[in-house]
Amino acid sequence: MKANLKYNLAWLALMVAVFVLIDACEFFGIINSFIENMLVTIGINIILATGLNLIIGFSGQFSLGHAGFMAIGAYATGIITQNIATPLGFYLSMVVGIAIAMVAALIVGIPTLRLHGDYLAIATMGAAEIIRILINNFKITNGAAGLFNIPPLVTWATVYVLMCLTTIMTVNFIHSRRGRAVMAVREDEIAAEAMGINTTRWKLVAFVFGAGTAAIGGSLHAAYIQTIAPGDFNIMASIAILIIVVLGGVGSITGTFVAAIVLGALDTILQNFGTLRMIIYSLALILIMIFKPAGLLGNWEFSFKRLSQSRKKATVHD
Amino acid sequence: MTSPLLNAQQLVKNFGGLTAVANVSVHFNQNELVGLIGPNDAGKTTLFNLLTGETPVTSGAITLSTDQGVQSLTGKRPTAIAQAGLSRTFQNIRLFKTLSVLDNVRIAMTNHYHDGFFSSIFRTPKYYQTEAAMTTAAQELLAFFNLTDVANQPAKNLPYGTQRRLEIVRALATKPKILFLDEPAAGMNPEETADLTRLIRQIQHDFHITVVLIEHDMSLVMSVVERLYVLNHGALLAEGTPSEIQQNPAVIKAYLGGEPSC
Amino acid sequence: MQTFGQQLINGLSLGSIYALLALGYTMVYGIIKLINFAHGDIYMLGAFWGYYVINGLHFNFILTLLSAMIFCAIIGVLIEYFAYRPLRNSPRITALITAIGVSFLLENGMTYLFSANARSFPQVLPTITYHVLGLRISNIQLIILGTACLLMILLELVIKQTKMGKAMRAVAVDPQAAQLVGINLNHTISFTFALGSAMAGAAGVLIGLYYNSIDPLMGMTPGIKAFVAAVIGGIGSVPGASLGGFLTGLLETGVQAIGLSAYKDAVVYFVLIVILLVLPAGIFGKKLKEKV
Ligand SMILES: Nc1ncnc2c1ncn2[C@@H]1O[C@H](COP(=O)(O)OP(=O)(O)O)[C@@H](O)[C@H]1O
Ligand SMILES: [Mg+2]
Repeated sequence: MKANLKYNLAWLALMVAVFVLIDACEFFGIINSFIENMLVTIGINIILATGLNLIIGFSGQFSLGHAGFMAIGAYATGIITQNIATPLGFYLSMVVGIAIAMVAALIVGIPTLRLHGDYLAIATMGAAEIIRILINNFKITNGAAGLFNIPPLVTWATVYVLMCLTTIMTVNFIHSRRGRAVMAVREDEIAAEAMGINTTRWKLVAFVFGAGTAAIGGSLHAAYIQTIAPGDFNIMASIAILIIVVLGGVGSITGTFVAAIVLGALDTILQNFGTLRMIIYSLALILIMIFKPAGLLGNWEFSFKRLSQSRKKATVHD
Repeated sequence: MTSPLLNAQQLVKNFGGLTAVANVSVHFNQNELVGLIGPNDAGKTTLFNLLTGETPVTSGAITLSTDQGVQSLTGKRPTAIAQAGLSRTFQNIRLFKTLSVLDNVRIAMTNHYHDGFFSSIFRTPKYYQTEAAMTTAAQELLAFFNLTDVANQPAKNLPYGTQRRLEIVRALATKPKILFLDEPAAGMNPEETADLTRLIRQIQHDFHITVVLIEHDMSLVMSVVERLYVLNHGALLAEGTPSEIQQNPAVIKAYLGGEPSC
Repeated sequence: MQTFGQQLINGLSLGSIYALLALGYTMVYGIIKLINFAHGDIYMLGAFWGYYVINGLHFNFILTLLSAMIFCAIIGVLIEYFAYRPLRNSPRITALITAIGVSFLLENGMTYLFSANARSFPQVLPTITYHVLGLRISNIQLIILGTACLLMILLELVIKQTKMGKAMRAVAVDPQAAQLVGINLNHTISFTFALGSAMAGAAGVLIGLYYNSIDPLMGMTPGIKAFVAAVIGGIGSVPGASLGGFLTGLLETGVQAIGLSAYKDAVVYFVLIVILLVLPAGIFGKKLKEKV
C-alpha cells in the first residue's frame, strides 16, 4: 500500500513537473503560438491514440472508426458552447459528447464486434463514415460547411490536464481485473470463454471506453481550433490516429506518447519544407515500419515500479 | 439415489457427413475421478467440446445438478457453462501466451471478485483491496502447484510440461465443480507423468471436485480413475471400473485389433 | 422503367470500374492477407499514364490501355518488392501502415511533380451517344463495360488455366505447402501484384474516358469503395470481387436515382455492415472456424 503510494506520487510529480516546465516556457516566451499549437495537437492526439490503443492493442479488436467518435465529441462541443459560451458549458458539452459517443459505440459495437480482424476494421470504418455522412447532412451541424466561431474555451493547460486524466484512467483500467479480462480476449477468445470470460461484453467495454475518450479528444479539438467540418473526421483522420498507435507500438501506452510527440515534432519541422513535407513524412513512415516493424517501443512500458526494482537488484549485485 | 452432478443424454455431433459423437450418454458424480479413453479420432475431444459448450450439439441434452435443482446446459455458450462450474484444459495448450503466469490465473478469477468500475479507474482503496485479494488467492494456487518461481514470466516462456500444469491451475482458479482435462500428460516424460498423476489425485481430494480425464497413457489412467468410459468411432464402447475395462473383450479388440490376450 | 434501365446502365459502368479495382485488392489479400492501401493510387497512376501517352505520344485507345496496364504492373511489382517484401513476416498491421505510407507517397509525389490541379483527360475516342428504347447509352459506357468484362474473363482464364495462376491459388490456400511442392513464393506474389495492378491501370484509363477529369487524389475514394466491394463479395474470391464491384456500383447509382445522393456512401457502408453480419466472410468468402 505504501509502495503504491510512492509510485503514484512519482507519477504525480512527473506530471506536475512537465506542467511547470511548459508553463515556464510560456512565461518566458519560449513557446510561441506555433509551438503551443503543436503541443496541443500532440496532447489531443495522445488522448485519441491512447483510447485506440486500448481497443487495438489491449482488447485486440481492429477498429478503424475512431474519428467517428471524435466527431461526436467535437460537434457536441461546437453546438453546445455556441449557445452556452462558458467553461461550464464546455464541460457540459464534453459530458454530452462522451455520452452520445458511448451510446453510438454500443450501437456500432454490439453487432460488429463479433467480426474479426480486417472485417471488423472495415465495418467500423463504414460505421464511422456513416456518422460523418449524417453530420454532413444534418441542419444542426451546419452540413458540409461545418461550424465556425466556436468559443475558445480551452487552453493548453486544459488539454494537458485532460490528457493526464484520460491516460491515468486508461492505464488504471488496463491494470485492473477488467483490463486483464480484456487482454484475455486479445490473447485467446476460446480459452477466455472457457474461463467464464464473456468475450462480447469485454470487447464492448474496451470499445465503448475508447469511444468515450475519443469524444474528449474531439471536444478539445473543437474548442481549441474553433472551426470544425465533417471532412476533419474522415477515414484519413481515423488512419492518422492508427498510425500513431502502430508507430509507437501496439499495446504500449508509452509508445503512443513517444509516437505522438515524434510525429507532432516532425510535422512542425516539416512545415518549412512546403510541398515536400508529405513526401518526407510518408517516406519516414515506410522506413520506420520496415526497420522497426513492432513500432518504436514494441510493447515496452515505462514504469517507476520496475525502475526502482531493477535499481534495487542492481545494488544487490554490486 | 442422488442424481449425478452432470448428466449428458444421447449426445450426437455431426460435422457434415462425419458423425464425431454418436448417441453417447455419460454421467459424472460428485467428487468422482472418471477417465475417458479411446483410440485417436474416437471423438473424445469433441465430447469435451459438447459438454463445455465449445461446439453446439446436433442433438441430445446436458443437465447439471445445482443447489437450486437441475439446470439445463444444452445450447448454452461456453462462458455461461464455465460460470455454471465446468472448467477445462485444452489438448493443444491455449494459455494467454504473452501474459504472465500470475495474470493467467487471475484472469480465471475475474468473475469471483468485484470492484466498482470507478473504483478501479481512480484506484480507490477498494481497488487495492480487490487486487490484493485476487493476487493472494492466485499466489496460493501457484504455490500449491510449485509455480511461484515463474509467477511473473510470460506463459509462453514456460517449458511444455509446466504450461500444461499452468493450464490446470488456471482452470481450477475458476472454482469449478467439474474439471475436464484433455490429455494432460501429452508430451510429458515418465517422471513428469508420475508427478501429474499425484497432482490429479490431490486436486480431486483437496478441492472436492469431479475430474474427467482424457488420456492415452494407460498406466496413468488405470492408476487414478474410479470409472472409465471408452469411446470408439464416436460411439460408447464400454463403461466400468479400470479392472472391468481391462477385461472387456470389445475394448481389447478395439485397442489391440485382435483376440483378448492372457 | 425507363429510368430504371438508365440507372442500370450507369450503375453497371461504374460497377465495372469498381470490379476491376476490387480484383486487385482481392488477389493481393488472398495471397498475403494485406489490404493494399496503395492500390487506388495505382489506378491514379494508370490514368496519368494514359493522359501523357495520349497527349504526348498520340497513342490510340488500345495502345493506351495496354501500355497503362504494363506500366502499372511494373509499378505494382516494384512496390511489393521494396515496401512489402521486407515486412512479409512482420505483424500484419505493420504492413498495412506501410501500405498507407506508400499510398501517401504516391499521392503526394504525384502532387509534387504534377501539381494538385485536376486536368481533363484527352478524348481519345469521340463520344457517341446512342438512343435505344429511350435510354441514353454512350459508346464509352459500352467500351468500359466490354473491356472490363473481357479483362475479367481473361483474368479468370489466367488464374484457372495457367501454371502461374495455379501457383497463386496454391499459395493463397497454404504458402508453406505450396513452397514444399516447389512453388516460388516470391515470383508468385510478384505475379499477383502485376496482375492486380494491371487491372487497376486499365480501370484508370477507363475512368479517365468516362469522367474526363483526373487528379493525384482521384484514387482515394474509389480505392476504398473498391475495397469495400471486395469485402462484400468475399475478400480473396475473384468472382466475389466482380460481383461486389457491380453491386456497389448499382447500389450507388440506385440510391442517387431515388434522390438520396448525399447518402449514397452511407448506404453502401450500411449494406456492407449488414452483409458482414449475415455472412461474416462476405458473399463468396469461406469462413474458417478454428478447430479446438
Ligand atoms: N471442428 C471440426 N470440424 C470437422 N471435423 C471435426 C471437428 N472436430 C473434430 N472433428 C473430427 O471428429 C473426429 C473426432 O475428433 P476428436 O474429437 O478430436 O478425436 P479424439 O480427441 O478422440 O482424438 C475426427 O475425425 C475429427 O477429424
Ligand atoms: Mg483429442
